[in-house]
Amino acid sequence: MKEEKSRAIGCLPVEMDWRWSLSSIVLFAFLVRSLVSLHPYSGASHPPMYGDYEAQRHWMEITLHTPSIHWYHNTSTNPLSYWGLDYPPLTAYQSWAHGLVLNYFHPPSVALVSSRGHESPLGKLLMRCTVLLSDALVFFPAAIYFILVYCVHRGKKDASLWLLALILLNPALIVIDHGHFQYNCISLGFTVGAVAAVLAKHDLLASVLFSFALNHKQMSAYFAPAFFAHLLGKCLKRKYPLLEVLKLGIAVVVTFAVMWWPYLYSVDAVMEVLSRLAPFERGIYEDYVANFWCSTSIFIKWKRLFPTQTLKLFSFGATLLGAFPSMVQQIRAPSDRGFLFALLNSSFSFYLFSFQVHEKSVLLPLLPASLLALDEPVIFKWLIYYAMFSMFPLLCRDQLVVPYVALLALFLLIYHTPHGRPHTKGMGFMAWKWLIVLPVLVSIVLHITYLSFKPPEKYPFLFEALMMILCFSQFVIIAGYANVKQWMLLGSSAGTDKEKKIL
Amino acid sequence: MTKKKKSKEDTAVTATSRVSAIKELAWFAGVATCIKLLLIPSYRSTDFEVHRNWLALTSSLPLSRWYQDETSPWTLDYPPLFAYFERFLAVFARLIDPVITDLHLGLDYSSNSVVVFQRLTVMVSDVVLFYGVYRLSKNLEASRRRILFALVVWSPALIIVDHIHFQYNGFLIGVLLVSLSFLEEGRDLLGGYAFAVLLCLKHLFAVAAPLYFVYLLKHYCRGGFWRGIWRFLVMGAAVGSVFAVSFGPFLYYGEMEHVLQRMFPFGRGLCHAYWAPNFWVFYIMFDKALAYMLGKLGFHIQTPAASFTSGLVGDSSPFSILPQVTPAITFVLVLLAILPGLVKAWRDPQPRQIVRLVAYAYTCGFLFGWHVHEKASLHFVTLLAIVATRSLEDAKHYFLISIVSCYSMFPLLFEDKEYPIKVLLLVNHSLLVWSSFSSLISKSKSDKEREKVKSRGLVDNTGKGLLGCVEIIYLLGILCIEIWGQFLHQYIFGDKLPFLPLMLISVYCALGMLYSWIWQLHWLMKNL
Repeated sequence: MKEEKSRAIGCLPVEMDWRWSLSSIVLFAFLVRSLVSLHPYSGASHPPMYGDYEAQRHWMEITLHTPSIHWYHNTSTNPLSYWGLDYPPLTAYQSWAHGLVLNYFHPPSVALVSSRGHESPLGKLLMRCTVLLSDALVFFPAAIYFILVYCVHRGKKDASLWLLALILLNPALIVIDHGHFQYNCISLGFTVGAVAAVLAKHDLLASVLFSFALNHKQMSAYFAPAFFAHLLGKCLKRKYPLLEVLKLGIAVVVTFAVMWWPYLYSVDAVMEVLSRLAPFERGIYEDYVANFWCSTSIFIKWKRLFPTQTLKLFSFGATLLGAFPSMVQQIRAPSDRGFLFALLNSSFSFYLFSFQVHEKSVLLPLLPASLLALDEPVIFKWLIYYAMFSMFPLLCRDQLVVPYVALLALFLLIYHTPHGRPHTKGMGFMAWKWLIVLPVLVSIVLHITYLSFKPPEKYPFLFEALMMILCFSQFVIIAGYANVKQWMLLGSSAGTDKEKKIL
Repeated sequence: MTKKKKSKEDTAVTATSRVSAIKELAWFAGVATCIKLLLIPSYRSTDFEVHRNWLALTSSLPLSRWYQDETSPWTLDYPPLFAYFERFLAVFARLIDPVITDLHLGLDYSSNSVVVFQRLTVMVSDVVLFYGVYRLSKNLEASRRRILFALVVWSPALIIVDHIHFQYNGFLIGVLLVSLSFLEEGRDLLGGYAFAVLLCLKHLFAVAAPLYFVYLLKHYCRGGFWRGIWRFLVMGAAVGSVFAVSFGPFLYYGEMEHVLQRMFPFGRGLCHAYWAPNFWVFYIMFDKALAYMLGKLGFHIQTPAASFTSGLVGDSSPFSILPQVTPAITFVLVLLAILPGLVKAWRDPQPRQIVRLVAYAYTCGFLFGWHVHEKASLHFVTLLAIVATRSLEDAKHYFLISIVSCYSMFPLLFEDKEYPIKVLLLVNHSLLVWSSFSSLISKSKSDKEREKVKSRGLVDNTGKGLLGCVEIIYLLGILCIEIWGQFLHQYIFGDKLPFLPLMLISVYCALGMLYSWIWQLHWLMKNL
């Protein structure tokens, strides 16, 4: 009887065995990704600089044909002004590996110098395949590991498939990786793996995996405060805290040393790479990103009032301040749910307050929100919607409106799968329905206006600014709520006790 | 008093179950539509331009010239009702982009507007399919109903043909399903009427017409001689009115000759460019083998000038040894093959069996028909899905045939970028069918019905599941053929024998189709 019940609450409304359902969800997620990859990528046929697609292809070309010490160095074949590599070494290695694939099937697409701006159907297909491959090798296994640790091993098998489907069908991640073209699935995948390892009490593995994530994209540092605080808090509770901390520290240092090996021969080389990773010259914000600096710049002209140096300090301080409460909570009482909340809060703090944030960085707070989908389904849905909306102008430029609509609709459908979601208890906070409904209505109107009207000539970016303010307001509410939620865990110490009992 | 209360409760229960059925169907349809939306920029065949041309043709020419126009090589060759449908769509097309409906400027037009518009028309017209499935799912218990939705609404073959290759099969099959659902409910007049509509939309569906005729004659026109005659006349009037509306105007303008010429282009040859996996594949292969062997033995064999790969075969016989096949022969063969179905319909016209009988008729038409397209297997495979959800015995058969049918459509999409898509569609579909039916079987076994089921022989004696040994080996064979066609052939033969992989697919799938036909025939004979 019990078994039958659990079968009925799979993610699919069709009754299926758990393993089969899992594989069909995984296959479906692949299908959706390969469908999105039919659509245009960023900067398609837009010389001379093209877009992110060209950047990634260019890195394959550089890593494939030049020695590793020249990857971050300005040379005649690698002018850093043309999409110079600005991610840490693991991205370079990944580009090299993918470059091998492209070089095997279609050498002209990664030929040194001559391939610049290369665009061909086969080249596009191969590039798209490399992202699919990365997903298959990193993000998917990590997501499955996570649901095994977080749900299945804790007797929540019923709900696990619904959660997996939501994590894998995150529309923002899919449209950026497989539409716009990036490899976020790798760094985010390593992060999910690290989170799962933390939950499974494999702290060493977690440190190594998170170091991988940091070495793939420096933006993974958005999660660093949470990892740091949670692991530190855990270590402090053990018998020999210092020894535990030392063990984790060594794991991180060794991983970093291996990754940075080609540049460790001199301090200058390391500094050269580091300077590529932190592009402070680009200013505190670009375009219309829905974070604190950009949104408040309507009233306070930060860029005009302060020199970059001061702004750096401001943003650093604000970010730390934002992440501080959740860090304190985790150091004092490290718990699994608290850790997931801390990930959300620290990444939100970075997104809202740190220096040089891009629209796409909203993927980072989205990740822990997706992991928390079982506990906070409404928050996740809410966040997904505004995260997508905040990237709408960007996706319009990339001609990705159709995938935008289809993926968002698909996500909402999966979210509302009949018999899919285990019943969630009502949340007092969510009782204020108008708080959700009204902004959604405004956003729908904005979607339509943005697509069908030209802005007044005096304010060419009026619509973008309005969207930004709306998204920012929603993000602030969500971030505030998540912080309160995390601190409420501390109050109800029963929460941590319960968790212990289950384990 | 209590009876009344009970019936009230019953209606309340059916109402809530109907609401939940509609909700579920909406969910399945929504997911399918998202997939279809994402498919907008995928490969589209010349059929896309064919339908675009029909939009232009029907909206810019007077009705009397619809079947004469030769501005584009893609002339109108569907029956008039479909032309009216295109005329209706053209109203919106003109609003969106006037170039779409321009007879000359629109030729090979491929801007975003036309692609999105035409793709959307297919998606919207699929509503008819959803409605048909909904009607047919009314008497099913919830879990089987959901399986049915998954099988038909998420049918990979329909997605491949309609939303990548480009056609309106979902819409047409939807009309067929609506017609069958009326027949099942015993509302024969409406069923016959809907079938007449279907025939006037696409005449290829006429294969089942003899069966409909016999069934309606026996089931509808019953109850004494005069009553029978009266009902016959009523049915005739209903069907006739549909034909009158669609063909009448052309009759008025004296265009019928052109219409019929276009609708029945027998000059096209026995087989399509890519051989549909049917009986004639074996015939051709046998001919070739004979010619080869006799040639080895020293006989002088004249090789035919026309090749089967060109698609257009003239008057000369394409066969070296075996006799020429004419449309008349295929016609007679199809009728002969349908005969057991007709006998069954005559002797025992049961609404519960009509879907199965019509599926059988389309199977025969597919196997022995003239110039059959691989897409025509959709007609009976979709119907078999409905049969499969009702008895587990048929589920087994359906599992195999749906994979074969979908795989036989792989050659339609020959570009690399759709390769992962078609493979994932098929694999996910087989996974879904396999595991959902398996869990049904294990459930029904665990139920009290267990003994009953066993005595009826609904589950095979091993009781292990859907597939026997032979089926598994056959399906693994598909995998081998695909690997051969995609990788090994190129590697071993290089550019030589380019037709071999396609031929292998045709022959191998034809085996599966033949098996399905024999299986259905066997069932008919058993239950005659």
